[in-house]
Amino acid sequence: MAEAVDYQVLGTRPVRPDGVDKVTGRAQFGADQNLPNMLHGKILRSPHAHARIKRVDLSKALAMDGVCAAVTGADFPTVASGVSIGEAGGDVMDIAHNVMARDKALYHGHAVAAVAATSLEIAEQALDAIDVEYEVLPPVLDVLQAMAPAAPLLDENCFTKNLPEKPDKPSNVASVMALSRGDVEAGFEQADLVVEGEYRIPMAHQGYIEPHACTATVNEEGKATVWCCTQGQFDFRTAIAKILDWKVGDMKVVPSEIGGGFGGKTVVYLEPVAVLLSQRAGRPVKMVMSREEVFRATGPTSGTVCRVKVGAKQNGRITAAKAWLAYESGAFPGAPVGPGAMSIFAPYDLENFLVEGHEVRVNKPKVAAYRAPGAPQSMHAMEVALDDLARQLNMDPLDLRMVNAADEGTQAPYGPKFPAIGFKACIEAAKKHPNYTAPLLEGAGRGVAAGFWFNVGMQSSAEVRLNEDGTVIVMEGNPDIGGSRASMSLMAAETLGVPYEQVKTYVGDTESTGFCNLTGGSRTTFATGMAVVRACEDIIAQCRSRAAATWGVDEEQVEWRDGQAVPAPGVNADVNPLSLADLAAGAPRTGGPILGRASLNAQGAGASFSVNFTDLKVDQETGAVEVLSFTAVQDAGKAIHPAYVEGQMQGGAAQGLGWALNEEYIYDADGVMENAGFLDYRVPVASDLPMIDTEIVEVRNPSHPYGVRGVGETPIVAPLAATANAVRDAIGIRINDLPLSPPRILAALGGE
Amino acid sequence: MGEFAYVAPTSVADAIDVLQEHARSGRRVQALAGGTDLLVQLRGVDKAPRTIVDVKKIEETNRLDIGSDEIYIGAAIPSALLNENAELKALLPGLVEAADLIGSSQIQGRATLGGNLCNASPAADTTPAMIANRGVCVIASGGGSREMPVEAFCTGVGVNALAADEFLLGLKFPRPPARTGDAYLRFIPRTEMDIAVAGCGVSLTLDDTGVCTAARVGIGAVAPTPLRVDAAAEALLGTGVGDAALAAAGVACTAASSPISDKRGTVQYRRKVVAVLCRRAGAIARGRALGAA
Amino acid sequence: MSKIHVQTTINGEQVDFLCPPQQSLLEALRETLGMLGTKEGCGTGDCGACSIILNGRLVCSCLMLAAEAQGQEMTTIEGIADADGLHVLQEKFLEHAALQCGICTPGFIVAAKALLDRDPNPDERTIRYWLAGNLCRCTGYDKIVRAVQDAAQQLAYEA
Repeated sequence: MAEAVDYQVLGTRPVRPDGVDKVTGRAQFGADQNLPNMLHGKILRSPHAHARIKRVDLSKALAMDGVCAAVTGADFPTVASGVSIGEAGGDVMDIAHNVMARDKALYHGHAVAAVAATSLEIAEQALDAIDVEYEVLPPVLDVLQAMAPAAPLLDENCFTKNLPEKPDKPSNVASVMALSRGDVEAGFEQADLVVEGEYRIPMAHQGYIEPHACTATVNEEGKATVWCCTQGQFDFRTAIAKILDWKVGDMKVVPSEIGGGFGGKTVVYLEPVAVLLSQRAGRPVKMVMSREEVFRATGPTSGTVCRVKVGAKQNGRITAAKAWLAYESGAFPGAPVGPGAMSIFAPYDLENFLVEGHEVRVNKPKVAAYRAPGAPQSMHAMEVALDDLARQLNMDPLDLRMVNAADEGTQAPYGPKFPAIGFKACIEAAKKHPNYTAPLLEGAGRGVAAGFWFNVGMQSSAEVRLNEDGTVIVMEGNPDIGGSRASMSLMAAETLGVPYEQVKTYVGDTESTGFCNLTGGSRTTFATGMAVVRACEDIIAQCRSRAAATWGVDEEQVEWRDGQAVPAPGVNADVNPLSLADLAAGAPRTGGPILGRASLNAQGAGASFSVNFTDLKVDQETGAVEVLSFTAVQDAGKAIHPAYVEGQMQGGAAQGLGWALNEEYIYDADGVMENAGFLDYRVPVASDLPMIDTEIVEVRNPSHPYGVRGVGETPIVAPLAATANAVRDAIGIRINDLPLSPPRILAALGGE
Repeated sequence: MGEFAYVAPTSVADAIDVLQEHARSGRRVQALAGGTDLLVQLRGVDKAPRTIVDVKKIEETNRLDIGSDEIYIGAAIPSALLNENAELKALLPGLVEAADLIGSSQIQGRATLGGNLCNASPAADTTPAMIANRGVCVIASGGGSREMPVEAFCTGVGVNALAADEFLLGLKFPRPPARTGDAYLRFIPRTEMDIAVAGCGVSLTLDDTGVCTAARVGIGAVAPTPLRVDAAAEALLGTGVGDAALAAAGVACTAASSPISDKRGTVQYRRKVVAVLCRRAGAIARGRALGAA
Repeated sequence: MSKIHVQTTINGEQVDFLCPPQQSLLEALRETLGMLGTKEGCGTGDCGACSIILNGRLVCSCLMLAAEAQGQEMTTIEGIADADGLHVLQEKFLEHAALQCGICTPGFIVAAKALLDRDPNPDERTIRYWLAGNLCRCTGYDKIVRAVQDAAQQLAYEA
């Protein structure tokens, strides 16, 4: 469990460095960048879910007063398939064609053309003046229907990847994958009982409150600057450059503050279009999506069908588990079925399992990452099946999980052996939690589920600058989406041995700071934090060397203690300790400014496990669910700023509850989303939720200097099944599909 | 014709002049009260230019009179103001609750009974409550003014009974007699911020033995327009408004409904839930009538 | 298009501006007056990011015509702190980590101020229902509700 390490500032809860600007309205978000002489850009979107684009005529739009540029897919360079844009959404051709359709519109809302005009009104009128001739094709909207051999085909060049033999016919199934160990059928034969089910979950949206926005300007020497809300300015720079066949060095991306992302702002939509329009018009171009555009045309996560079968002995030990997963990828490949397959059994130590995954193209928006992409859907299936199993075994659901729990040394289903992990610690903490030992209210139900996310490392850079008065600037390149500047400052202050207030962290643009992969994969506090710690160690090394020179001793004879250079024990030097301020003041005489740097490709991001449970009540006459309590227990490794760790857990719980109860993409038969707004895409509001109780477990990650594990994504995984299991407990009927909306619950209750 | 215009007349006569002038020229005109529906329409579904007539600067649309026989509520009074009026809340708690259910605190600061009614949504929260309370529309018209019962005002989805040179001035309600109680309940998937999936308003008067001597029931979101359900009222009349009578009233509401399945609910769900709401609202109204004795 | 001259008071200062008849107050604040602290999350009154206080009443500035602001008095997020420093609500939001991304924060602070102005001692349920028109996708509302509770206590203590 938690190590008895005495930290000076880690684990405290100071005010974040960017806080004051965010509570006063000063902070600049994506739509807050305006430039002189700026134009407004708008996108024309396909009114059909599936159509061949026969002709696009911009002439009438271009002839309008105030219209300065207009583009279609034909104005973009041809991009070949096969180049991956790292973390920013997959194959460059797919992203390019999602940004602007070429010969086919693949979903309702797919970008078909764009204009830039002197006002938003003129831009909107110009869209009406664009003449597009479509050949409307039948859409395919359901994952199982899209897999059928006779289904309408989205892409004649899409041949299923990873089949043993290259298929001779194209298919909507973009790829398949499998993961297995042992002998599943033999495992089922050993089982005393078997549970199985099929579970469907529709598409859901990240639902960040800030719509996508950017402002781009291209100067006469072909240098572009793009201000935008993004989870990664460097990965966006790569994506824009690749899509427009531009040199990375001629592209500067300045990240604004970001009004939520949850994975959804890892992908470019407007940015390449704004750059192209600005280049054509010779003026800056600002583009802001409406909320409706956000829903229709930016990354939801996959709608899924998951089938799970689990066999176990009477003592609860699982003998075999099998899963079949089909994930909608939307209009282009990119469904997170891989992580879905790798996570589904990850909390458990299984001898025999088999997972088969399919990513399937449908005429809906291209999916984007959404917080632990792929895991909530598959793990919902497994965690619901385990709940059924626990009931049949008459076992406490936490005990069932403990009997099968993965631990240090367990070989993960996706390959490596786990180092120290906190799953068992989470189960134990949940079992002891007062909310779990408390009796259930009359008529209420309680549900339990486990969560998991791999977490990633990847590339990060950091620079630490010692100012002339001893204050410290940390420069890094990860947009602060939930308090990461505070975490960086805390780790820097701890490493340097100075008060938190002495350190300020800034997020730089692509020209002012070193390369960082995007804020995603729960990597920032882990990987960029590691870079910050290394850069601080670089500062300390330099400070020791400066002190040694000052004192005329060897560097080894100087130690860094409590923010000061001091002579090492036993060193006979009659000198006063040198603080950071002293060393900064003396820097001009000891070699010039003191600057620490680190860049790394972080390895060993520790997996984060969770256990959630919730109590809720169901109105038997209306099917309405009232959430009475929700408890999230999660292993954070080391909570650098516990308030923001709790915030991640609470926010993930709320998103998961929304997904479980009410959120879904609703389509009509023509493939038009019917609820493209916050009125009918029902994210939880304040009065829907109780306080969300959190318990942070700290099982140190051996790969991080302070033991950090990423915490951002795991919180959304368990709430889906925890809620489903609580509804099952409350009404005595298992409902396999989500969302557990009032009509679905009432129908299950036999209301009609 | 092609441009937007905004006018804010300060008298009924001036407003009627604007409407008549537009009726003659054929130029489109639309009245603006709280704007919480109109602004959404302007942004999305219907951006076409028109003249917007802000009716909030007119005395008659802002007056709130609680008389000995009659209660008058100006069409442009925001919900928040109704909710802050203790006397109104005591007299017509169900109506005020219905107004209080429209959207968020922010919406409450703008949204009005008049706008809610004129927008003619089948799911308007206040309309069934107004029907239950025997609401009457006071309409300013080129020819003077006219009145009509609330239940006659909505003629279809998004369509109301106003002629081109008319606008809604206010709503009148008889002052509820002794031992009268009203209630409005709606069902939404969340606790706030949704459009009603079904709604039901009930007003009851009991005699001193607890027998129902007058009843009105209005339902919403289960038909193209909000409806008065006389069969439901009849099920309550002459009873002590016990479980059986309430159940019968609920059944009558289900029978009167002709809902659709859409993104907010299914036909089956709406038919079932409108009965539940009728029973529950009826029980609350009964409790209030007894308490208000 | 002929523009309308609007005279209004924003955060205690007299402000004049011109607006097209169909322009929303939010657009006028952000685009014409450069007051970018008020945010747009939906443009349809469903998220509350554009909350302002108009004549003492909480409203969505996206659901008002700019022309309707004639002669009215409003408070925006830019007017919540004063020369003496942050408002207690702003301090409590910081202390409680009641913001993650921060895009909804101006709307929440304005809405919470409107609540405490009328009800200095709201219970949790009152706070949750009052703030139901302000969407936050990051926090799950827990820390926001606590920040408002704590601010109310602090204000009561100071009073």
